[in-house]
Amino acid sequence: MTPAAARELPRWATAGLLPVLNLTAAFVVSGLVVLVIGEDPLKVVRLLVWGAFGFEEAIGYTLYYATSFIFTGLAVAVAFHCGLFNIGGEGQAYIGGLGVALVCLNLDGLPFWLLAPLAIAGGALFGAAWAYVPAYLQAYRGSHVVITTIMFNFIASATMVYLLVNVMIQPGQMQPESRAFSADARMPFMHQALAGIGIDLAASPLNLSFVWALICCLLFWLFIWHTRAGYALRAVGANPTAAIYAGISPARQTMIAMLISGALAGCLGLNELMGVQHRLLLEFTGGYGFVGIAVALMGRGHPLGIVLAAILFGALYQGGAELSFELPRITRDMVVVIQGLIILFAGALEFMFLPLLTRWLIRV
Amino acid sequence: MSKRMFLAAIIVILATPVTSMAVAADIQPAIVYDLGGKFDKSFNEGVFDGASAFKKNTGIEYRDFEIQNDSQREQALRNFARRGNDPILAVGFSQAAAVEKVAKEFPTIHFAIIDSMVNQPNVQSIVFKEQEGSFVVGVLASMAAKSGKIGFVGGMDIPLIRRFACGYIQGARYANANVEVFQNMTGTTGAAWSDPVKGGELAKSQFDRGADVVYHAAGGTGIGVLQAAADANKLGIGVDSNQNHLHPGKVLTSMLKRVDVATQQTFMEARAGTWKPGLKVLGLKENGVGWALDENNKALITPTMKAAADKATADIAAGTIQVHDYMADNHCPTK
Repeated sequence: MTPAAARELPRWATAGLLPVLNLTAAFVVSGLVVLVIGEDPLKVVRLLVWGAFGFEEAIGYTLYYATSFIFTGLAVAVAFHCGLFNIGGEGQAYIGGLGVALVCLNLDGLPFWLLAPLAIAGGALFGAAWAYVPAYLQAYRGSHVVITTIMFNFIASATMVYLLVNVMIQPGQMQPESRAFSADARMPFMHQALAGIGIDLAASPLNLSFVWALICCLLFWLFIWHTRAGYALRAVGANPTAAIYAGISPARQTMIAMLISGALAGCLGLNELMGVQHRLLLEFTGGYGFVGIAVALMGRGHPLGIVLAAILFGALYQGGAELSFELPRITRDMVVVIQGLIILFAGALEFMFLPLLTRWLIRV
Repeated sequence: MSKRMFLAAIIVILATPVTSMAVAADIQPAIVYDLGGKFDKSFNEGVFDGASAFKKNTGIEYRDFEIQNDSQREQALRNFARRGNDPILAVGFSQAAAVEKVAKEFPTIHFAIIDSMVNQPNVQSIVFKEQEGSFVVGVLASMAAKSGKIGFVGGMDIPLIRRFACGYIQGARYANANVEVFQNMTGTTGAAWSDPVKGGELAKSQFDRGADVVYHAAGGTGIGVLQAAADANKLGIGVDSNQNHLHPGKVLTSMLKRVDVATQQTFMEARAGTWKPGLKVLGLKENGVGWALDENNKALITPTMKAAADKATADIAAGTIQVHDYMADNHCPTK
């Protein structure tokens, strides 16, 4: 995945300097666009940063978005390590949310410490189940996982609409959504949880799912780099032929990677449904499954990188919202343009500055 | 400091609160649009048009915000409330939960929501009886269809759109008990609101099965439905805003849902101090829904048809005809 030139450079240059250069380039180009529509780019950047990190509530929102992106970013990354491109994070998260909601709606009499692990299991199980069919088709029938997972996104969407419109809707309700989760089936907000131990925070949608996201990062790191199973998975990703020679079955690893990927994506529902919306509703995934691809790419498949990239995208979402709120001339579409430029420079043109950087570093 | 300057300073200080009070007397309305966005050529844009008209008539500026995802609903409402914007209008039924929550946090600020109901002492809920307007265009469609077959193309398959369909069928059966109705929904996701190609295909298939008139309640998708009707030399029926002009002579009529009027009305009420919380149901009687008759479709509506539509309108307004509301029990009495 990495060009040969990158391996000659010290790690701080490829993992630190290069992303910073890419980001700067993205911001410079965005600044030019902002200039064209007649706003002051410096003011825009200031508002963006202030909107994302300027006050407690803003940080809460940024981390809340980041939580969702960590789940989907890890999901995409684990498949990457096995050489698979899972574009179905969106659908797996959608169905995973169904699992979370079913637990929250049906078992809400249970105490939270019992309900939370069950909800996690529900989300992970449903997400993994949704990834199972594309994984099987890839592993044993050779249908490309990119195509099948995209198709499964649509099937997931249609299934959820059917369920919400015809089965789970509350009669007499306008909105196709389930009833609200009862109070004990909600993930505590961070400001509530921390108020319990005397730390006072502004109210924001940030909830305890964030902690689970960080635990997932740790488990991910342990699994990929410190277990035999993780090694087998990476071996298939690096060279399937060599893996077969070493006695590793690529088909089996494909199944494992996709199931873990689906399970991680399925956890999105914890943050969005159990954490914030407190009911099952349409399109709660909001494209986060796709943002996960950019997050995983930018984070280079490493949990630390994914957390940082997730926070960056969270900041763009939250800061962007505040920005278009403060400056009506910067519409939400404009914010998408800025996000798109960052994905372009950090993802697609990831190594654009590499030759330049190599030449420069060698000269120094 | 000379005495005169001192006096002038005193006058300025005394006058300041007065002028700022005069400014404060003007309302500062704000709008939070739904995911469709401000310029969706239909529902949200109707609100935008109403707000623009309000601005033009009164010179009062308003602020607005287009959300990008579900969690921004609350955030945007709260941001406006915190800055003292009042009244705050939330567009679309999806905002109900957010309005309820934020309205509780800011009990002194007035909120309004279109297309949903929120029971709070500071919230005005504006809903439309789409089934009544659809009933009347159903009557017209039924009478215009020589083949005795008519069609309906919905956008996203949700109860709200089934309510349009259900009212339409009731109206069609009222005018002609034996009329055959074809029904299709474009899709099951938000994309179904902006897929004119598929809308056109669905309409075409209904025309192929013999339909003479097809009514759409499909947002941007409906553009394709009306185009297909014009291409097949049949008739389409527009929705939400007056779409008769899109293909003059090929659009039988349009079912009007006057969100622009509702927007302007609620802002005007807030300005005049007559704003009231609670449910505001806009049906045929209140001119909240209706059907469009202008020079583009004058030739299509015969005097008998107009008389029948007017009679249905009057009867519904008077309560003699009860149009069943699909969303009351998620069921339509006629298929």
